[in-house]
Amino acid sequence: MSKSTGKSPTAISIGIQRGKLEIKQFMRQRESVVFTMLFPLILLAIFGSVFSNSIAEGVTFSQYFVAGMIASGLVNTGFQQLAIMIPMERDFGTLKRLRGTPMPASSYFIGKAILVTLSMLIQVALLLAAGVAFFGVNLPTTAEKWLLLAALLVLGSACSTVLGIAFSNVPKSGRGASAVVSPVVIVLQFFSGVFFIFTDLPQWMQQVAAVFPLKWMTQGARSVFLPDSFATREVAGNWETGRTFAIIAAWLVLGLLWAVRSFKWERD
Amino acid sequence: MNTVISVSGLRKSYGSTAAVNGVDLEIKKGEIFALLGPNGAGKTTTVEILEGFRDRDSGDVRVLDFDPATKGHAGQLWRDRLGIVLQSTLDAGDLTVYESVSHFAHYYDSPKDAREVIELVGLTEKSDALGRTLSGGQRRRLDVALGIIGNPELIFLDEPTTGFDPEARRAFWALIKKLRDEGATILLTTHYLDEAEALADRVAVINKGQIIEVSTPDQLGGRANSLATITWREGDVLRSERSAHPTDFVKKLSEKFTGEIPELSVKRASLEDIYLEMIGGTHE
Repeated sequence: MSKSTGKSPTAISIGIQRGKLEIKQFMRQRESVVFTMLFPLILLAIFGSVFSNSIAEGVTFSQYFVAGMIASGLVNTGFQQLAIMIPMERDFGTLKRLRGTPMPASSYFIGKAILVTLSMLIQVALLLAAGVAFFGVNLPTTAEKWLLLAALLVLGSACSTVLGIAFSNVPKSGRGASAVVSPVVIVLQFFSGVFFIFTDLPQWMQQVAAVFPLKWMTQGARSVFLPDSFATREVAGNWETGRTFAIIAAWLVLGLLWAVRSFKWERD
Repeated sequence: MNTVISVSGLRKSYGSTAAVNGVDLEIKKGEIFALLGPNGAGKTTTVEILEGFRDRDSGDVRVLDFDPATKGHAGQLWRDRLGIVLQSTLDAGDLTVYESVSHFAHYYDSPKDAREVIELVGLTEKSDALGRTLSGGQRRRLDVALGIIGNPELIFLDEPTTGFDPEARRAFWALIKKLRDEGATILLTTHYLDEAEALADRVAVINKGQIIEVSTPDQLGGRANSLATITWREGDVLRSERSAHPTDFVKKLSEKFTGEIPELSVKRASLEDIYLEMIGGTHE
């Protein structure tokens, strides 16, 4: 009756296999690759050309904007990608089929995290390359700043991933997912100082934005890519690095709880 | 263990509607068992409870000696022994047949060989074709391949041949029989009567959340003993008579005619006639 248990697959080994499969599928969906990866570059080209003025000593608007777009990249590749993709998989029956196999649920999420990590790294690399090549963005020169960037990418991407999984239960169908998710992202981008200088926004908008993680991701990205002298132009007069990480971490925990409690393998 | 599935007193309600209202079932090892019933009869709910997709309100359920409602790691070990072929899915369009099947093999403790499974379902020539380029029938074969890659002891097949042309259905039936011959137990839901007749060792008819009868296809609803209908032409009139002894009747009839009886036919109730009568439907 019972089968040989020679080399039982583990959640992690299956998760890695799922990650490979996710990447393979992602690369074959050309439209979505182009949309996810090139759209931010197009925005960068437009904003960088329209607003070429300096906003402070040695800081152009495009530098400010590149920092914001890198933070947005965390939201696009995690939250937006997953909150649109998972409802489609739910509609297609992918999730129900997986539920009927011995695959551990955690393996599915490990696979998604691998996909998000890879697409995030490509996205950030493209934005940095374009920023350095065309918009005078300076790469960090100290080890501390690089470390800060790495920490921001890891924590921010994890936060964005779990929130995307959690939010995947909000759209009623796969077809409508994009229409539900994209406006959320765009509004947050406006409120969080991606398209405008944050401190120029109305007070109430700043206060609303401060509740959500994107505002802190953009501020964190500025602390990496803008000169420290610019910190005095921030709301608190400094980078608030500790607070930035605390709030993103809090959203990570909240998103994790929300995702675990609400995830559905089938459409109702 | 000779009993693969045993269910007693199974109940499940959605709001005030009882979808499953006291179902008892016993399915033995090596059987092809068909669950027949109209839409909304409780077929899907029953099967999804057995598959562990849905929780029940009450009743005892054992599937491969395991309660499907059990959560956690034990449930994964149990799923390792199951193969579930759901109703049509559209996923994995960007993967080739081989990629999908060999990937699913990673989920199982002792899977079959991916190439062999693809051969078994007759998709060898399509091994390197993307999922989205497959026809409906090929797609269904891929679904089955993904369901059996784990070398399951028990296979659930939900409406397996919907949308097939007759030739594809026959090929598919041969495949299902082959899986049974290799030792698997198969629970099939279908609303094609001929499919149940061609495949199933036993059939259960479910209606309004209850099992009305469990029988072999040729005994269902007293089919073997039902009256036969004899039809023939007398002059301008097409006459018909129902009889429990059609042979005697035809003998007598042949004495009335010299030579051939015009337009003679003797028909027993088809499985469909019986079934429709059981579920209270009407013919045509």
